[in-house]
Amino acid sequence: METKQYQEIASRVRVGIVKAVHSAGSGHPGGSLSAADIVTALYFKEMNIDPANPKMEGRDKFVLSKGHAAPVQYAALAERGYFPVEDLLTLRKMGSKLQGHPNRDKVPGIEMSTGSLGQGFSVCVGMALANKMDGNPGRVYTLLGDGELQEGLIWEAAMAAGHYKLDNLVAIVDWNGLQIDGNNDDVITVKPIDEKFEAFGFNVIVIDGHNFEEIFAAFDAARACKGKPTAIIAKTHKGQGVSFMEDVAGWHGKAPSADEAQQAVGELGGEW
Amino acid sequence: MAEKMATRQAYGKVLVEIGAENPNLVVMDADLSKSTMTAEFSKAYPERFFNMGIAEQNLYGAATGLALSGKVVCASTFAMFAAGRAFEIIRNSIGYTHANVKVCATHAGITVGEDGASHQTFEDLALMRTIPGMTVVNPSDGVSARKLMKQVVDFDGPAYVRLGRAAVPVCYGEDDEIVLGKGNQVRAGKDITVIATGIMVNEALIAAEELAAEGIDVRVIDMHTIKPLDEEIIVKAAQETGAIVTAEEHSVIGGLGSAVAEVVVKKCPVKMAMVGQQDTFGESGKPDELKEKYGMTAADIVKAVKGLR
Repeated sequence: METKQYQEIASRVRVGIVKAVHSAGSGHPGGSLSAADIVTALYFKEMNIDPANPKMEGRDKFVLSKGHAAPVQYAALAERGYFPVEDLLTLRKMGSKLQGHPNRDKVPGIEMSTGSLGQGFSVCVGMALANKMDGNPGRVYTLLGDGELQEGLIWEAAMAAGHYKLDNLVAIVDWNGLQIDGNNDDVITVKPIDEKFEAFGFNVIVIDGHNFEEIFAAFDAARACKGKPTAIIAKTHKGQGVSFMEDVAGWHGKAPSADEAQQAVGELGGEW
Repeated sequence: MAEKMATRQAYGKVLVEIGAENPNLVVMDADLSKSTMTAEFSKAYPERFFNMGIAEQNLYGAATGLALSGKVVCASTFAMFAAGRAFEIIRNSIGYTHANVKVCATHAGITVGEDGASHQTFEDLALMRTIPGMTVVNPSDGVSARKLMKQVVDFDGPAYVRLGRAAVPVCYGEDDEIVLGKGNQVRAGKDITVIATGIMVNEALIAAEELAAEGIDVRVIDMHTIKPLDEEIIVKAAQETGAIVTAEEHSVIGGLGSAVAEVVVKKCPVKMAMVGQQDTFGESGKPDELKEKYGMTAADIVKAVKGLR
């Protein structure tokens, strides 16, 4: 596939996010949209997975450590064929498999139930250790929020990943710079992100998280790197793709109205 | 004097035993392997042991990842830092995913002794039994610790196992049957029942002997499994003996006493008294001195029994 095709898939994923969060009447559109290109790249190219056999032996695993961005994972899984796209409209509703934060019991393709920040990354350390023990070629990917880096557990997990030389583990930081209360730098700065991960023994790659060539190149470099886990620091924009949501902290956890959702879907080239 | 052994010692030994039969067993620790006794496993099976350093949250997070990848994991640290510090990881990562992680926590209760209040956990049974699907086990001696650990590793799902630091008398014989989820009547009696857990089982047996001399016939039950709780044996005790004293090396808030009371009030209300830590922190001292000061001895059980009569 060419870059343009991945961009088209990412746009459809973004349309899914907007429709789902609007339908739910609550949820986290900003940090879902910022991660849409990275998550698309993972599910549509990078990872060895099979939607018809979600528990395939030796598969790669993705854990959404920033679990509040559930809509991006759901939209990508639906687009990839794990379940019907129409199901996205059941997000956060009674009886739906699409819980407010991902639940591995309910949704095929979800490897870990997340939502409490820091825990997904920590679980990935165990998954990567298990694969090393078993000689399992599967790789483990996790997406972290930049605000999530304020959690102490992130650095406990990072220390262990570096110590155990988990070169089968890739942590991607969705560096959109914003969290609920505002700019990371105003809340509690997380900078320098790259030097922190380097200090914990990671191979660090800084990229534009909306540029597919850079995303794919970073995944290739991660795979080529032996003896170290990789951290991909992906510079992104919160709300990417929807003009009025871009770089606005207020869209962290707010659902668009019908008018806003319609406009957003239009901007993304989707059908309302 | 009966033979003495700390439940953590039995734990360290049985891990090596289980490790020989079960290649799927992984053991983890947080820089306390010489105290929790997982060091024995680490020497026998270094490729299946991970020390996660002084990082209890990640200990239980990483244990979850290994378990969700098909391993059965026993992950140990002191009870304070397992049930206490890592509570929310145990709840959300292990409990919510039903991961096959056994949280094997040592140095629980007042008998930690000299380390003092910061290390004396009285809240762990209360915290752990509120997590849906969590099996909660508190062995009374070395023999039952060994037998219960084997059963804990054998079933697929999360469990919390409470183990102690201090050497305690061995109550059971090797041939005694101990079944996870089933309370054990360790002394017959018709006048009143003492339901005890952990090291308080031995205190309850001593108390029962003393009371027998005064003509009070005490039934003693070892409730080694706090969850799922053996309701049948509790109801039977309430019906047949008419009063229940609980005894635990744990806060009287939320632990065995509360769990038994929840059954009794719903199914067969009888008078109860609870022996345990009385809503206060501990302090440094020898285990026996502390047990006496904080009211967790045979004498305290005797007093509680008489108070109900």
